[in-house]
Amino acid sequence: MTEYHLHTPLSDADVQKLVAGDVVFLSGPLFTARDKAHALMRRAGCPVSLDGAALYHCGPLILDNRVLSAGPTTSGRMARYTDEILGLGVRAIIGKGGLPGEPFQNRAVYLAYPGGCGAAAAQQLQIRGVHLPELGMAESLWEFEAKEFGPMIVAVDAHGKDLYQEVRRSAQRRELS
Amino acid sequence: MREKVVEATVRALQRAETSLPDWVLQRIEEAAVRESHPLARHHLQFMLENVLIAGERGLPLCQDTGLAVFHVQMGRDLILDFSLSEAIAEGVRIATKKIPLRPNAVHPQTRQNSGDNTGPGMPDIILDYVDGTGLTLTAFPKGAGSENMSLIGMLNPADDPFDFILRSVAERAANACPPLFLGIGLGGSFDLAARLAKRALLNMPGESQEELQLLERINSLGIGPMGLGGDTTALGIKIEKAFCHTASLPVAINFQCWANRSATEVIQ
Repeated sequence: MTEYHLHTPLSDADVQKLVAGDVVFLSGPLFTARDKAHALMRRAGCPVSLDGAALYHCGPLILDNRVLSAGPTTSGRMARYTDEILGLGVRAIIGKGGLPGEPFQNRAVYLAYPGGCGAAAAQQLQIRGVHLPELGMAESLWEFEAKEFGPMIVAVDAHGKDLYQEVRRSAQRRELS
Repeated sequence: MREKVVEATVRALQRAETSLPDWVLQRIEEAAVRESHPLARHHLQFMLENVLIAGERGLPLCQDTGLAVFHVQMGRDLILDFSLSEAIAEGVRIATKKIPLRPNAVHPQTRQNSGDNTGPGMPDIILDYVDGTGLTLTAFPKGAGSENMSLIGMLNPADDPFDFILRSVAERAANACPPLFLGIGLGGSFDLAARLAKRALLNMPGESQEELQLLERINSLGIGPMGLGGDTTALGIKIEKAFCHTASLPVAINFQCWANRSATEVIQ
């Protein structure tokens, strides 16, 4: 378990060196997207370049251009979009609960931010801008500036390891025994 | 009286969103001491830090400020000359602006957001009658992460309901922000089981012997905080039971994340 402090946009080398179980803190631009933004991007394309980006599954609570609370949302709802989102150049998806690991192979990682910790997360984020504001506060594509955003756990790495799946399988074995 | 209900609604929401009940906090603190996995321990400590930050700055603990669910205990001898649900809805609208809360309530098909956390059927008010003339109002904002993982099984009476609970928790816990609080509705009918499960969450703390044994089995699954492994998968469980049809065995599981928010206001 190694601790990394990385900057966005992420390089391929950044992604390749991360191993499931590592701890990551991110600084630099961060984009949010959840259900509606994903659906809209599939229909109409993405309004920003996501090359090397970290995409955060988050519907923040915002007041007067200030982030008040901004923890992760459940990534599983966006699982159907993983392949095309990573195809846009996204190198890290941030969320909670995990995503199927296969689309991440050799190109990206999944980072787990502690769920329910919205107030703590807000202290590490500032607003750079907002895209797709017509989708409303929770569903817009927010562009944040992250400062040491973390701790995040590499839950799915680019080498085929998936912590959530390991824990779930082990739980299912124990439940049967 | 109406004004008092509106104000109590705002106060209860304010407290529920920015702090945790003492007993909830205590269970997380105890787990952070007990937990043997270093990563899991760090997660629990970060959760406690988050509670501290939220309290100091008056910020909602979680950006998912939830769906407006309320439990009202109303004195049987109390006569109201106004609509209780309208007064609570007004409190929700004020709280949405004041705290503020994230507008979460949308039409189920158009997904149009009302912008103020109210709408047909919202707030959801669970009403009980008690002796006297008092009125007690509990705000129980319910986030979607854990609510989405909740389920009902219409089991065969020959099935073991605890096996169903264990299997469901093993499969779903990671998405529900563990360590969890689990409300179980056992028996009744399809919809009664679900209501019992929600009531079980409202009724917590203090486990019976049966509940403690189930809690131990759940924690032995090793799912841990956030589903990334550890000893602490659930922090509390309550089972509410009702008689069911001889041919049925309904079991409802209402998942609640670690941020088990609620706050009560007593109106005289």
